[in-house]
Amino acid sequence: MPADALGRGVRRLGAGTINAVVRIGYAARFFVAILTHSPQSILRVGLTTREIYFAGVLSLVIILLSGLFVGMVLALQGFDVLEKYGAGDSLGVFVALSLVRELGPVVAGLLFASRAGSAITAEIGLMKTTDQLAAMEMMAVDPLSRIVAPRFWGGVISMPLLAALFSVVGVFFENIVGVRLIGADSGTFWGNMRAGVGFWPDITNGIIKSCVFGVAVCLIAVFEGYTAKPTAEGVATATTRTVVIGSLAILALDFVLTVFMFRGMGAK
Amino acid sequence: MNRTTIDFWVGIFVLIGIGAVVFLALRVGNLTSLTTTPSYRLEAHFDNIGGLKLRAPVKAAGVAVGRVDRIQLDPRSYEAVVTMRIDNGYQFSKDTIASILTSGLLGEVYIGLAVGGDPQMLADGGQIGKTQSAVVLEKLISQFMFDKASSAPAPAGAAK
Amino acid sequence: MAHLKHRASSVAFDAQSANAVELKGVTFGYDRRRPVLAAIDMTIPRGKVVAIMGASGSGKTTILRLIGGQLRPVKGRVVVAGQSVADLDRAGLFGLRRRVGMLFQFGALFTDLTVFENIAFPMRELTDLPDELIRDLVLMKLNAVGLRGSAQLKPSELSGGMARRVALARAIALDPMLVMYDEPFAGLDPISLGVVGQLIRRMNDALGSTSVVVTHDIYESLKIVDYIYFVSEGRVIAKGTPDEVRASTDPFVRQFVDGEPDGPVPFHVRARPLAAEFAAHAG
Repeated sequence: MPADALGRGVRRLGAGTINAVVRIGYAARFFVAILTHSPQSILRVGLTTREIYFAGVLSLVIILLSGLFVGMVLALQGFDVLEKYGAGDSLGVFVALSLVRELGPVVAGLLFASRAGSAITAEIGLMKTTDQLAAMEMMAVDPLSRIVAPRFWGGVISMPLLAALFSVVGVFFENIVGVRLIGADSGTFWGNMRAGVGFWPDITNGIIKSCVFGVAVCLIAVFEGYTAKPTAEGVATATTRTVVIGSLAILALDFVLTVFMFRGMGAK
Repeated sequence: MNRTTIDFWVGIFVLIGIGAVVFLALRVGNLTSLTTTPSYRLEAHFDNIGGLKLRAPVKAAGVAVGRVDRIQLDPRSYEAVVTMRIDNGYQFSKDTIASILTSGLLGEVYIGLAVGGDPQMLADGGQIGKTQSAVVLEKLISQFMFDKASSAPAPAGAAK
Repeated sequence: MAHLKHRASSVAFDAQSANAVELKGVTFGYDRRRPVLAAIDMTIPRGKVVAIMGASGSGKTTILRLIGGQLRPVKGRVVVAGQSVADLDRAGLFGLRRRVGMLFQFGALFTDLTVFENIAFPMRELTDLPDELIRDLVLMKLNAVGLRGSAQLKPSELSGGMARRVALARAIALDPMLVMYDEPFAGLDPISLGVVGQLIRRMNDALGSTSVVVTHDIYESLKIVDYIYFVSEGRVIAKGTPDEVRASTDPFVRQFVDGEPDGPVPFHVRARPLAAEFAAHAG
């Protein structure tokens, strides 16, 4: 009977929403737990360093290559549009601002979520499935301090660095393409760009964004791994969730942050 | 993967990461013109600042010598009060003129300083006496039309 | 063991108590409605190797978790060396876990560490011993399980039997007073089965510790243990020495020991009567 099906659908929606809210609450508590269990990550630097290696250093290739391509594509596309309005000379500023304010943090964040985030989730999930976390607990070693927190901080430290590198590579290759397109010389190009990009709003906001994205993605990654069902299927689901939820979180936070940061820009 | 190798690569990574941030700040952005140069304040009152924004450049002879720090409205005289930060290396005479100019036809708005002959220099917190407000396009057009109307040939009777 | 990291604790483990572990009227359930253990009583004397057997899901692993302090009983008491586990504070729990070694199902070795580092892990984390001493101790433990030549391998490079032996070496790394084994014989070839069984017995006697072995493997257990508990549906339904068990007339014990497909543990999962099933289709 359709009324029954509707009723069931509504109940499932309600239960689903309640579950989601409960899970968010759990995640918030988990975040606080990570923070309180962080001293080990600082005292035993080697743990965190190892995680910076696996999350950051190993992501360099994909980040640098992506920055290269995005920078060049932006230059090509940007020139096409700007030229129509006689603003071809502002190409440098346009691409630099796009990268530093938005694309650097966001694209680097998305790539990070896919590569490093999923790896972290899979690793923690697997350790849970094979009882390694339980074994550690039985040996009076707290898995939150030893395994979870270092991975969290390793990712949080890596993200802004990766975003900055993405922007730098993008700007470099944009320069190569742009100078060729406009025919301007390199010096003028850089000069115009420097005049248009301010440290204060643009670059610092970009850095703040990438830090916020880093915290969000890393929290989601370790949380999903830690709460994964201890089966192969459970780990696979958790890994997928990290990428999906992490990416959506980045885009949503980007919107919120952009509104806050750049809302006042035009008005003054 | 042994500890030393990992530490090495992480060190490199962190260094080039921070280097990237510094690079962005200095070479892509314009950090150098902001913080470290010591500067002093000058004030100027305008009837209309047009499109002047905060942190717009202050130029003398086309060379950037400072930035616009604050823009406020004087509640009594209803004039715009602009506070500028001028780099310490530059001194301006007491009869300097501050004008609001536009670079190019549709470019950014900035303050141009034209120095006078007064031997006395403005000190920190000093006020520039002579100012020239921004040219507002609409007023220019209505002025033009008014001139046009007044220079049109008078009706036959009035000319005599 | 000397040089154990010191944490102030109000707890006193009585290493000389007659019983290493006692479960008194312990009731526990992950879910309030379904108790996994129902007022269960067990006594594990010091220095003995005791097996806990039962069908899958009968709560055997839960018992180990209760002894190790990972879970708290809903009712009843779990007493280890004279100290109630539920009453332990954080420092007390830490003290308990220093003295208890556990072999997890399938080993649970840390996959990113070598064999050597896996065994050194509890030593590094829980003691202040210098590196040279740790190195010697690890090699001694590896030697005891016959794997001194595999010290630098990673767990992924080990066979099942070898991994199990490494996990055993890790479980006894700090010469614990109580060692727990969760399905140590699961999935091993006959030779490895024999090796692991012998190691459990010999380690126990050499260290003067007590061992609790949760297992299904009736054959290996009867060879090495001193006492057996049979658990079903949260209760102890039979117990005895290996000889008593072999001679038992209890239907459950007989079904278990002889490996009969049908008996007190039924072959058919609960379902509608067959006649009713066919009738529904025919109609």
